[in-house]
Amino acid sequence: MSTLPPTSAGRVARIALAGNPNTGKTTLFNRLTGLSAKVGNYPGVTVESESGTLRLASAGEVELADVPGTYSLSARSAEEQLAIAAICGLPPLEPPQLVLLVVDATQLTRNLYLALQVIETGTPVVIALNMWDMLAGVGVEIDAAALARELGVPAVPISAQRGQGLDELRLALDRALAEPASARPGPRWVSESPLLRADIASAAAALPRSWRVEDPRRRDALALWALLSLDEKDEISGAPKELRDVVLARRRAAADAGRELDAEIIRGRYAWIDARAPRFLLTRAQVATSRTDKVDRVLLHPVFGFAAFLLAMGLVFQSLFSWADPAIGAIESAIGWFQELVVARLPEGLAADFVGEALIEGVGSVVVFLPQIVLLFLFIGLMEDSGYMARVAFLMDRLMKAIGLHGRAFVPMMSGFACAVPAILATRTMERQRDRMLTMLVVPLMTCSARLPVYSLLIAALFPPSELFGFVPVQGLLMVGMYLFSTLVALAVTAVLGRTLFKGSSMPLLLEMPPYRMPNLRSVAAMVWRKSRVFLTEAGTVIFACTVMMWGLLSFPRDTESEARFDARASELAQAGASDEQLAELENERTAAALRYSLGGRLGRGIEPAIEPLGFDWKIGIGLLGAFAAREVFVSTMGVVYGMGGEVDDETTGLRQRIQQEARADGAPVYTPLVGLALMVFFALACQCMSTIAVVKRETRSWRWPVFLFAYTGALAWLCAFAVYQGGLALGLG
Amino acid sequence: MTSLDLLSPGTRARLVSIGGERAFRCRLMELGLLPGTALRLVRKADIGGVLELEVRGCRLTVRLGEARSLAVVPLEG
Repeated sequence: MSTLPPTSAGRVARIALAGNPNTGKTTLFNRLTGLSAKVGNYPGVTVESESGTLRLASAGEVELADVPGTYSLSARSAEEQLAIAAICGLPPLEPPQLVLLVVDATQLTRNLYLALQVIETGTPVVIALNMWDMLAGVGVEIDAAALARELGVPAVPISAQRGQGLDELRLALDRALAEPASARPGPRWVSESPLLRADIASAAAALPRSWRVEDPRRRDALALWALLSLDEKDEISGAPKELRDVVLARRRAAADAGRELDAEIIRGRYAWIDARAPRFLLTRAQVATSRTDKVDRVLLHPVFGFAAFLLAMGLVFQSLFSWADPAIGAIESAIGWFQELVVARLPEGLAADFVGEALIEGVGSVVVFLPQIVLLFLFIGLMEDSGYMARVAFLMDRLMKAIGLHGRAFVPMMSGFACAVPAILATRTMERQRDRMLTMLVVPLMTCSARLPVYSLLIAALFPPSELFGFVPVQGLLMVGMYLFSTLVALAVTAVLGRTLFKGSSMPLLLEMPPYRMPNLRSVAAMVWRKSRVFLTEAGTVIFACTVMMWGLLSFPRDTESEARFDARASELAQAGASDEQLAELENERTAAALRYSLGGRLGRGIEPAIEPLGFDWKIGIGLLGAFAAREVFVSTMGVVYGMGGEVDDETTGLRQRIQQEARADGAPVYTPLVGLALMVFFALACQCMSTIAVVKRETRSWRWPVFLFAYTGALAWLCAFAVYQGGLALGLG
Repeated sequence: MTSLDLLSPGTRARLVSIGGERAFRCRLMELGLLPGTALRLVRKADIGGVLELEVRGCRLTVRLGEARSLAVVPLEG
């Protein structure tokens, strides 16, 4: 079984919720399960599985498991394969007792294609005819009773958006669970062609036993699935070679005889639907111009559409970049307040340091991501639910395709400019594992907001305000240059990785443009809540552990002798009536000495040979290590290293001056503008952010990819910084 | 007979055949766009390099390059 939340030892019935994308499946799921839903993961793929509890009058508590939206059960990739596996219960998944199939009533015939496939599998089916309230608007009438008669399964009109028909739906589910035979009518379409029947029989004979093929109907359904799904290039796992060989041989033989196997099967099902549609479907005169058309005339317009898109993206970006700030500030000060409160009640010493600087700080370093995560997922939810996300892919496809990505990758990539953590979580909106992995691995290259304090400190300290050509400010130009540089590198890396490591067959773009719909706020809120909870419990624990580890690294071992000396000097000074400033100075010296003595400090010195060719000394090495907690921590770590205490920021003039004055043993300055540039390039590329690493680990469910991410960005950062520094020296810019 | 990408927006047509990769053909057919099906070209997005068509009351987008492999016969009216 998967990592789906455990049910009480199989006693709870399980209903699989399936349907086409954009049918309001998620809204219905949220309506039926409320906030009870839990997020798990399907085995072997990075696809989330959500399941929640549904209450029925006689069956009691039932598990409702969401199946990824799909137009068909046939599959090419491991992700698409989940639909058949979840509905038929192919190993390692258990078969559900019932399938609740959500159908968009306004697009009935296309939705019925999936319905026929699901009914064929022999799993009992209840159909929810969603969007019932919108039928009049599109000029369609449906006789639900006649439809149910033709399909042989219950069909209940509902509106998930308005919450209509849900009681009737629950009743139908309850009945079908009690009498499964009433919802298992057997296959609707059966091929009358003896040739196709022979193909089905020969594929059926090659099905593996583990797929539980005792029932002849199920066997035929799985044989049809194999005939449509397996080919030379599919990425399906678990299909035995024998089955694949039979399918390929049969398809080739059919082609030689001038038949097209796929078309015969698909056409057979559609012919069945089209022949019966007049009995339950009445399409009145075409509605002149729909609301969606009017809106799309603007939103997909070559000029206005693009302007609207830039405006929408600007809004998302602005909210992540600055509107999240007050909330982040509030969280930081609340954590600080709590730290003081707790530490004041503990005796001074190691325990107080541990609780304050490791534990509470660790919690803070997790919670601080929440404002951006909540905001980004709120926007994504609204864009998905309203139908705008499909338009984003439509508008951006050419651009994103040029670097080998799907149009949907645009939103995560752009969010990366604010913070990689929510951006990586947002890669979930892409269906293909390949697209998701690729995006996840390049998003950390985007210039996130945590890099800004580092850039602004270095630029302000090392590049005096001046103008290029008399009017272009050099400082601003450098900042813009860093953004451009990181974006170009990210695009180049995407193109390279997409053509090598993540080659994958290029998927044809076949998107549905759903009509615009009013987003359901409750449903969006439930989604945001689940995403935040998953982040806190899964990625959060790793980030927390890393923060505690970083604290240990920078605090141990302790030099008791030197501390005793500092204590003695402090009491001497105090007795001599020294000023507070002198005492503070001594305290700063003490923390600087402790940091140097710690394991982290020694590591910083240990890596000096590795970073020396980049122009960095061991003090910068300590700063780089400290920055692993979060990039902006580089600034306060440098403050500590230089004996100025940790209460500095990029605006502190003392720290800027100190950086300008810092000299090597021979008296030459450590920080030349060239070293500053190399350091900024290093920061732009290295994924030295444990939170990003933790989130990639969570999303890919393995340490392989976060390690790869760290290694490739580190190597790239080193090489580029090396090229800048050594190249600059060679040009005499040192 | 012509190909889908050459139709002008608003034109109705009947699909004659689908070329291209098997995955693409299967996906289109499963979405209800089988040879013989009527369709309407809704719009072309030159900036996106995509076109939008209406089949069975649903809107689908196809890349211009892939639309070249769809042979269609324009319908009158």
